[in-house]
Amino acid sequence: MSNDGQHPLKIYWIMWIALFVLSTFSYATDFLERGALRTFLILLFMFIKAAGIIWIFMHLGWERLAMKVTILGPPIAIIVLIYLMSLEGMYVEDSRLENYGESTMEVKSPEH
Amino acid sequence: MSDTMSPDAAIELHGKEGLVEDWSHDKQVYEMPWGKAMMWLFLLSDTFIFSVFLVGYMSARMATTDPWPNPSEVFALEAFGYPVPLLLIAIMTFILITSSGTMAMAVNMGYRKNRKATFWLMFATAILGASFVGMQVFEWSKLIEEGVRPWFNPFGAAQFGSSFFMITGFHGMHVTAGVIYLLVVAFRVRRGFYETIPDGYKIVEIAGLYWHFVDLVWVFIFAFFYLW
Repeated sequence: MSNDGQHPLKIYWIMWIALFVLSTFSYATDFLERGALRTFLILLFMFIKAAGIIWIFMHLGWERLAMKVTILGPPIAIIVLIYLMSLEGMYVEDSRLENYGESTMEVKSPEH
Repeated sequence: MSDTMSPDAAIELHGKEGLVEDWSHDKQVYEMPWGKAMMWLFLLSDTFIFSVFLVGYMSARMATTDPWPNPSEVFALEAFGYPVPLLLIAIMTFILITSSGTMAMAVNMGYRKNRKATFWLMFATAILGASFVGMQVFEWSKLIEEGVRPWFNPFGAAQFGSSFFMITGFHGMHVTAGVIYLLVVAFRVRRGFYETIPDGYKIVEIAGLYWHFVDLVWVFIFAFFYLW
């Protein structure tokens, strides 16, 4: 439980390599078809990478519980915001479809 | 029993008991230099700013009836005669991870009061950060040239342009600020500025927290904006 920062370098190397591997996996999801599996994998790799950065690189794993609770507690409120704004998003889309109908936008495909 | 406990004894407690003692004793709550506690609180508030941007993007993307452009086509680059999806974005991601690694090493070297290694590792982090911003400038100018604007986008929904410039712009601003911050601290480390200050090298860890946070935000932007 010590937090004097004197961790052996080994754990950083492991985390560093893990981030490279996980980012390669993240990038690989772009070659999958859009669907539940792809969404699941995007979120899975994202959460593992985020947890590793916070816990190891930002040392939160070695902080006292008072600090962990302060940092990880408040962001839970964001889940409520995501829920409410998704309701709002769906409602606005429905009312646009009802009042303006389907989109008639002409789309250009990107050039390279 | 706890009313006779000294603050020093409270530190010996861990877990739930430690949490109660940290808050209930007549002492500072967080056992760390004030600068580090303030950086954590700043990052917590920054978390909310980026969350609100990303949730706003989600809401706008759900609400639009225009087709959403496919990011892997919009951000594809030609390499070896083929369009490779998200090529530059992948390179930017790896650069940012590399810089996070060098920063973690710099923090470790800072604790060992190894001035030279700390300076060079922080300097390398700043250079990698600057190259990240450089690539973002390239990405922006490419998209602007193709006609993407915050209010219009030839490939589909206008909200794509607004979200892109807003979110990556704000993140890029954080990276730019981080590069300046790291360079200031790195050069102060080199000339021994922190030698005379008690716990002076904690600043390397504090700057590191900010830098890792910038990398953390990119993880979420990469997942939600470029891959989703």
